[in-house]
Amino acid sequence: MSGFFDSLAVMFGREPVKPTAPTEAAKALLAFKRTKEQVALRRKAIKEEKIHYTPSRKWRLRRWASIIIVNLLFVLSFQADIQLLEGALTASRFAGFHLADLNAALQVMLAYKHVVINLAIGAITVLIAWWLLGGRTFCSWACPYHLLGEIAEALHLKLAAKGWASDHPLHRGTRSVMYVVFAGLALVTGYTVFETINPVGILSRAMIYGAGLALAWVVLLLLIEVFYSRRFWCRYMCPVGLTYGLVGAAAAPVRITYNAENCLHEGECRKVCMVPHVLSMTRMSWNQDVKVDVGADCTRCGMCVEVCPTKALTFKVKGLEGLG
Amino acid sequence: MSLLIALLGERRSDRREFLRSAALGTAVVGGALAGFLPLPRAVEAQHLRPPGALDERDFLAACIKCGQCVQVCPVEAIKLADINEGFGVGVPYIGARDQACDFSCDAVQCVLACPTGALSHDLSAKEETRMGFARLAHPDLCLARQGLGFKGQARGGDFPGLHRYAAVDRWNPIPIADHPYDLPLCDLCVRECPIKDAIELAPMSDDPADPRRTPKVKDACVGCGMCEMICPTEPAAIVIDARRHPQQAGKEQTS
Repeated sequence: MSGFFDSLAVMFGREPVKPTAPTEAAKALLAFKRTKEQVALRRKAIKEEKIHYTPSRKWRLRRWASIIIVNLLFVLSFQADIQLLEGALTASRFAGFHLADLNAALQVMLAYKHVVINLAIGAITVLIAWWLLGGRTFCSWACPYHLLGEIAEALHLKLAAKGWASDHPLHRGTRSVMYVVFAGLALVTGYTVFETINPVGILSRAMIYGAGLALAWVVLLLLIEVFYSRRFWCRYMCPVGLTYGLVGAAAAPVRITYNAENCLHEGECRKVCMVPHVLSMTRMSWNQDVKVDVGADCTRCGMCVEVCPTKALTFKVKGLEGLG
Repeated sequence: MSLLIALLGERRSDRREFLRSAALGTAVVGGALAGFLPLPRAVEAQHLRPPGALDERDFLAACIKCGQCVQVCPVEAIKLADINEGFGVGVPYIGARDQACDFSCDAVQCVLACPTGALSHDLSAKEETRMGFARLAHPDLCLARQGLGFKGQARGGDFPGLHRYAAVDRWNPIPIADHPYDLPLCDLCVRECPIKDAIELAPMSDDPADPRRTPKVKDACVGCGMCEMICPTEPAAIVIDARRHPQQAGKEQTS
């Protein structure tokens, strides 16, 4: 249970801490890893994999396909009149069944101070669906801004490699402050103030109903991400991400899981991760147990899985382990 | 001071990070508020909202900005506002002059589509809506008031607006440009009004030989804007005042 509250605190902005009381198995593994032969072997293995290991793009391709298909379904439902997924990402009907984005629904409930039954049905359906899939899975598997953010991030890293841009990190707690501020604003003003600048809603509507000036805001955010601060919006600002993070926090079945037995502690996973604080256990001696599930802020994007040469990080579906 | 250091951190990089976070966070909230600030002024809405919309304040609170109302409208009368228009990003409105709601859908489909009740489900028939109230804004331009007829396409050949003409096709709206008129006395606003007893042409004098007639808006008017769209003068002689109720309109005329 302390792991659960830890993962929440880290999601809200606290820095991860080294576990004070690791399990006996974890201690034993650590002692083994620190023996002279093991250190030498590990060094050799890391050298080898630097030459021979190329990360697969399997999960990224699946994810991008998922984002494109979800958003294309919205667009075609209106533009080509296939009527399967009508509405936008903020609220929709899938084959007639109500769906509502949880953050948008929350904002409306706070602003309007009534809960209409259709909105409650839509929100609960979406809550259950994304809980099963892991919560922030929404971010990397459905959110159109995430896809643009990944492209901006690649550009940022290229520029940074040439010394033309550098990353200016923010405090991760900023997002929690944003969350409270926007919830408070909805409550006080009686208007869904956040939706004015929500790039998820703006992008979704622009694709479905036609581009507008509001896209300039999205472009501005992307420019900040390319030139000033890596993954600025998703990492430090977006309340939608925090809402879905909370959804998946409690025992969501789909997880990334870490196995210290396989880990050589290269740290490649933390370099590619959008939320590297969830991978703090991959540091030598930072794992509470031999096997640890990755925390609530994880978007299940699978980048760490792709980049890990030794399969220390893998996807896991609770209850289906025997089938894999 | 110690509190400040505790808050900002002792290292200079921590302090910088904190200030950067505060500045950018404030900028994002400021951007959102900039989109909100015009709204309280816009409570006297300039634009028509779709049928069944709650009072402006509640409507703005309840709308989830998904555009499902846009998708079901057979004449595509409903548009979503952009960031520069100052009445809510992604919130639906109707520009009646370009494309009015003519209730082609019969059953107020937009209300049924709305997932949040921003378009109130209390509404069950078109006669119960209150989008606004028609007003003769330019009496001098009105053709009927001059005793004139109208011949041709109501809004010209390249006007894209749609209307359902029951006599042509009961189920599908057609372009107004495809339905030219030849009227001895222009009565387009009355002829195409989708609501019973909402508007009539009244004589302007006691002389039975006087052909002049004036449009008279009655309490049944729901403010759908069909008269504003079809009016062939430029600008339209008759317009809709958004959110105006017949009582309010009456008060203005007597004062």
